[in-house]
Amino acid sequence: MSLPDKTTPMEEAVAAISDGAVVMVGGFGVPGTPFTLIHELVRQGKRDLTVIKNDANEAGMGIDHLISAGLVRKLVVTHLGLNANAISAMNEGRMEVEFCAQGILAERIRAGGAGLQAILTDIGLDTELAAGKQVIEMDGKRLLVEPAIRADVALIHADQADPFGNLTYLATARNFNPIMAMAADRVIVEPEQIVPLGGIDPNAVETPGVFVDQVCPLVSIGEEYGVVRR
Amino acid sequence: MALLDDNSGGKSQDPRTRMVARAAQEIAPGMVVNLGIGLPTKVIDHLPAGFPVCLHTENGMTGIGPTLPFEDADRNLIDAGGAYVSPLPGTAYFDSAVSFALVRSGRLDLTMLGAFEVAENGDLANWKIPGKFSPGAGGAIELAQKARRVVVLTTHTDRKGNPKLLQSCTLPLTATGRVARIFTDMAVVDVTPCGFALVELIDGVTVKEVQEATGATLHLPDHDIPTF
Repeated sequence: MSLPDKTTPMEEAVAAISDGAVVMVGGFGVPGTPFTLIHELVRQGKRDLTVIKNDANEAGMGIDHLISAGLVRKLVVTHLGLNANAISAMNEGRMEVEFCAQGILAERIRAGGAGLQAILTDIGLDTELAAGKQVIEMDGKRLLVEPAIRADVALIHADQADPFGNLTYLATARNFNPIMAMAADRVIVEPEQIVPLGGIDPNAVETPGVFVDQVCPLVSIGEEYGVVRR
Repeated sequence: MALLDDNSGGKSQDPRTRMVARAAQEIAPGMVVNLGIGLPTKVIDHLPAGFPVCLHTENGMTGIGPTLPFEDADRNLIDAGGAYVSPLPGTAYFDSAVSFALVRSGRLDLTMLGAFEVAENGDLANWKIPGKFSPGAGGAIELAQKARRVVVLTTHTDRKGNPKLLQSCTLPLTATGRVARIFTDMAVVDVTPCGFALVELIDGVTVKEVQEATGATLHLPDHDIPTF
């Protein structure tokens, strides 16, 4: 027996994404952001997207290319303070924005990836973030019902992948990638390096390949992935 | 860590630096600490070299080492504020779910946060000014709500001279009743069941001056107030 090969050209993987899709995008700042997959999404002009991501990157980087091209209908995010374009798009009503507490976004995604319906939490009770949310009482405590999140597609940046989609990550380039890689109907990965089956020590696998649908080779690691000089 | 030993007492420095140096004394050996973006991050510069502390950052790291210049930076290694940091012997990396699991489950001994407003009951507002500033709260709500101890570093007044320590917050809240202590460029103030209590004064500031810069009653101790 051998494990199936999921290597797919990036153009083909992204072509299967529909307009109007809900798309999770890994990354926290530069580390872990799948810049090349994002560029391909922009190049193919997929529109009306709902994008779920920790942050909006910075102007001229990452998902800002999607936002500036007017391709994002709604952004679910924890913080977009470093991207003036995203703030303008929000303030001018060109893009709907839903804010979520950072760890609650992570946990809603994790729940989605774990086949759960929702999580219960006291985070955000008595703040604006609780507005409109269902509150239940359990063990004498008030708790918010935070629905699990799944997406149509997750765009993931990994360090190493094998052809089956077993993944490893580096340092703080993990962030939302390992949880988003479990929480979408189609998981597309751009690894920095594709190694043969058996090239990753099974003990070192962080995302098991069963969660991954397509492994897209990167032609190069461009400037956008580099150290940002501020 | 590449730290300055600050044994001068800080009295020759400007009030903000003295505030940050004083706040560093809040960190006890062995603590797990999250330092918010901005002034709180500078606290590490005032810890003695080799001080035993574990710093956490929201994007998935415990054991933050010194910040690196661009030429030495690792493109995959930043803190939640975007600074290029380095690992220490014993550093761990993890995903965002694990990062906040440790926050919410009470593994964070202390967080130091910035503030727009702090109320005398310990309410904190630091994420939104309606109509002016609404970038999202990031991880601030969970840090403020779940760290075992929450302290604030802030200038005593805003740029226009308006007090930031108030009877009640006017801005959207980050968390209710969680702030224990406030370090400012004028004083150290504790939040007590009776309201704000003046603990220390910065050298050269009077009780009258700090009371006038505060939007609520400052309860005074019945002994001389130490300076820093």
